Order: sequence, then C-alpha cells, then structure tokens
Amino acid sequence: MKYQHKQIAKSKLKSRTIKDKAIRVLVVLLSVVTISPIVLIIFKLIEKGYKQISLDFILKTPPNSYEAMTALANGELIPGGIANGITGTLLMMVVAAVMAIPVGVVTGIYLYENPGKFMANLTRNISDILQGVPSIVLGLIAYIWVVKSITNGYSALAGSVSLAIMMLPMIVRSTEETLKMIPVTIKEAALALGVPYYKVILKVLIPTGFSGLLTGILLGISRVLGETAPLMLTALGSTIINLNITKPTSAVPLLIWEFYNDPNMVGLIWSSSLLLMAIVLSLNLISKQIAARTK
Amino acid sequence: MNSDKITKVILLLSSFIILFVAGGMVFSLVKGAIPAFKTFGAGFVFSNTWNPTQGSENYGALPFIAGTVITSVTALLISLPLSFSASLFLGEYYRGTRMAKVLGTMVDLLAGIPSIVYGLWGFYVLRPFLVELGLPNQGFGVFTASIILAIMIIPYATSLSNEIIMMVPNELKEAAYSLGATKSEVVFNVIVPSARSGIIAGYILSFGRALGETMAVTMLIGNANVIPDGFFSTGNTMASVIANQFGEADGLKLSSLIAIGLLLFLITGVINAVGKFIIKKLN
Repeated sequence: MKYQHKQIAKSKLKSRTIKDKAIRVLVVLLSVVTISPIVLIIFKLIEKGYKQISLDFILKTPPNSYEAMTALANGELIPGGIANGITGTLLMMVVAAVMAIPVGVVTGIYLYENPGKFMANLTRNISDILQGVPSIVLGLIAYIWVVKSITNGYSALAGSVSLAIMMLPMIVRSTEETLKMIPVTIKEAALALGVPYYKVILKVLIPTGFSGLLTGILLGISRVLGETAPLMLTALGSTIINLNITKPTSAVPLLIWEFYNDPNMVGLIWSSSLLLMAIVLSLNLISKQIAARTK
Repeated sequence: MNSDKITKVILLLSSFIILFVAGGMVFSLVKGAIPAFKTFGAGFVFSNTWNPTQGSENYGALPFIAGTVITSVTALLISLPLSFSASLFLGEYYRGTRMAKVLGTMVDLLAGIPSIVYGLWGFYVLRPFLVELGLPNQGFGVFTASIILAIMIIPYATSLSNEIIMMVPNELKEAAYSLGATKSEVVFNVIVPSARSGIIAGYILSFGRALGETMAVTMLIGNANVIPDGFFSTGNTMASVIANQFGEADGLKLSSLIAIGLLLFLITGVINAVGKFIIKKLN
C-alpha cells in the first residue's frame, strides 16, 4: 500500500517536472520568436541597402524617374541621394524641438511642483491622453491648424507642429519622472538660502536632472523621427532642398514612401530605410546609455 | 509682483498650453466633421458605402471601423503569447541575467523601428512568404496587416507586463516554492493571478497603439473600402483610409475623413483612459 503511494507521488512529481521544463522551453522559444523580426529586418536592410550608401547618397538629391529608369536599364546603381530628405527631417525636427522642449520641460516642472493639485492632475491626464492620439490624427490637426489657416499650403511648419504635439507629452512625462528622483533636500537647501524660485529651477532642478531630461528629449526625438503618416498630410514632400518653413518640404520617411510608390525608384527604399534606422536606433541606444549611466 | 509669483504663473501658463492644444484638437476635429455628420446624420457611423463619385457622394465609416477592430484584435491575439513569454523571460525566468538584458534591449529596439520600415518588410518579405503558403489576394489583407501590427505592439505589452511581473513580492513566490511548487506552477498560480490586472492593462494600452497605426497597415491591408469578410480578405482601417484618400480630398470627402479621424481619436482616447485607469488603481 505504502509503496504504491510513493510510486504515484513519484510519477506525479515526474510529470510535474516534465511540464515545468516544457513550459520553460516554450517561454524561451517564443521569446526568441519575439525578437527575431528585429534581426531579420536589420539584416534585410543591410543586405539590400548597403551598396547604395555613399557620400553622394547623403549629399545629392534624388534623380527623376527617367534617370532612375535609365540607370536600371543599364544595370547601374541609381544615381543621386536623399539630401532633400535629410535636410527636411533636420529642419522639421529642430522646429518641432524648439516648440515642444520648453513647453514640455516647464509643464513637467509644474506637475512636479504641484502634486495633488486639481490643475496638475488634469494636465497630467490630458497629457497622457495626448500621448495616445494616433499620429495620423495629429496630421489632420496640423493640416487644419497650419496648412489651412497659417501657411495656406503644405509646409514644413505644419509638419513640425504635428511632430511637436507628438513629442510634447513624452517630454512632460520624462521631466516629471526625472525631477521626482532628485532628493527634495537639495531643493530645500537652495530655498532655505533664500534663492529665488526661478533660480532654484534654473540652477538646481534642471542641472541636477539634466541627463534625465536629455534622455527623455532624445527618446522623444527618436520616436518621431521615423513618422511618415502625419507628414503626408502636412509637409507633403519636395524634390529640391527646401529650408523655408512655409513651403512644402521632404523628409527621409516621406522619400521612402515616394520611392516605394515609383517602380523606377524602388531600389532606393532599402538604403534610405537603412540610414533612417541607423539614426533612430543609435539615438535610442545613446539615450538609454545616458539613462543607465546616471541611475 | 515678485519673481516667485511670476515663476509660478509661467509654470501654470505652460500647463494651460497643453490643455489648450487638447481642447483645440477636439474643437477642430468636431468642427471639421460637422458637414459630414450634417449630411449623413448618425448613420455615418453605421453606413457601409464609400462612394466618391461626384453628384452621388455617399460616405460611411463602418467598413473602416470594422477593419480597424478586426486587425487590432487579431494583432493582439497574435502578440499575446509572444509578449507574455518575453515578459516572463525578462521578469522571472532569466531575471537580471545578461541574456535578459540582451533580449530586453532587442524588444525595446522593436519599438524604435519606424512604421514605414515595418511596412516595407511586410511587403517585400512577409507577404511573398505568405503567398507561398497559399494566402489569396497576393498576400494583401487583414491577416498580413495583423501580423505586422502584432510585431509592432509587442514591445509595449512586454515592457508593461514585465514591470508588473517584477513587482510581485518575493515572499509570495518563496512561499509557493517552499511548498514544493515548480517554477511553472509559481508562474501560473502566484505570479499571473497577482499581476493579472497590470498585465491586462498593458494589453489594453498596446491595443490602443494598434488602433492608430497607419503606414504599415496601409501598405499591407489591400485598401478595399468594404467590410472585410474574413481574415484573408482585404479591407481598410480608419487610419489607413485617411492616409490613402487624403491627397485627393476636399469638401464633403475631407469632412468625412476628418469625421473618421474624430471617431478614431475618441476610440483610442477611451481605450487609453481605461488602461491608464487600471494602472493608476494599481499604484
């Protein structure tokens, strides 16, 4: 009798450990499947795009469709590059950053300084909701606000506005979270010395939390750098380098979209994507590095 | 007025800017959508015609609402086992190891890939592969779009559920281990029940992400303005119809697209609010 009991317990234990091991294997397998797309995508981009990458690719504007077709017919690489996209992306990012960073950081400070206040809670909730708004809707908004009423036509400014609205809640959030981690005593020491409030913010809070703020800003920028949808409704695109913010402008993701839709130019999509990914991912990794070092 | 007061006013004003932007968004979307709702009434939401022919223009949002919901739900279902496994890998099985660090970084990088690059990869790599497996419509449709969407939302669901799983108190787990429980028994009888609402909130938020994704879906769903009649048929989502039809839109059509944008804004707003509410309750 007793022996039988032991036997049953033993076989039960065995089936339990087998089940346990099976689940561990499944977790590992599915985790590997989860990250495989990033490896596959990066390899595909490098494999198909590296040939096109050169100095010309960064310094020249794209060829027209006919030039690209001739090059294809002769079995040559498509000439030209994506200079108009790079300058356009830079221009729109700078303008968007100029709009979003001051407002975002100051609002973040406001939320940190007034915890529990009705206005602060309201702002925090609204900012959270803004963060979830799909980018294409922000494109519609910038179209209504800027394209229709300010620049009377598609413009870099409109693109910047849509990107700025996108970045804003991320910067607010990261500023507040960063400041929360600074010991209150540092701020109190400054206040006790009779330092004016604005100087406490400028000389104590911002410098102490600087790397955290920088991380948040860089992450925000890397998140909107690859945005295509809102720019289709706002900046539209341009075949020449344009630095006038009231005129239509190209951007790297917009160019990828244009190349994708033109059978002659389609050879340029991989190298453009490779460049875009390289910038986005390195910004991403740099900001994580800064965050890790200061923790 | 002294400088302290001025500083406080400036802080307050900047928070007004956010409220002003949000309020302005709602106002502009509603204002832009009025012509469409005036012409079609509430039926706009439930009508499944999309006819841009001059003179007999008739627009309804139902095909796109259906397309959005079907693709997002499918994407969520596909991503569920993957992101759940990854969060267990990071938060429990290999917690704190170098392998977890590598995996975690790679999952984070998934969030950094631009939507249009996902679209290209889906178009040139995934779609031909699915065609070989016998998918109709040259591989375009709800299913292909859902797979790409699933990959895109994995990082959001993973990082949130991973955080929650790490917060499960050690005492609870140790108690179960001391009773002789195996790892998987601890996971399913201790960790999952006590982290349940946080994990669910993570999936709700990533669902909200899926609803508004534009480029990758536009490139893969086939852009047919009808209600998809199966997983493998073509369709259109609210975001992709805006991206597709915007270029040639004015008048009533533009207003209808803005109305779709308003609906999308409302749906994602509600979904996000629910997710954030659950998380706030947890803290």
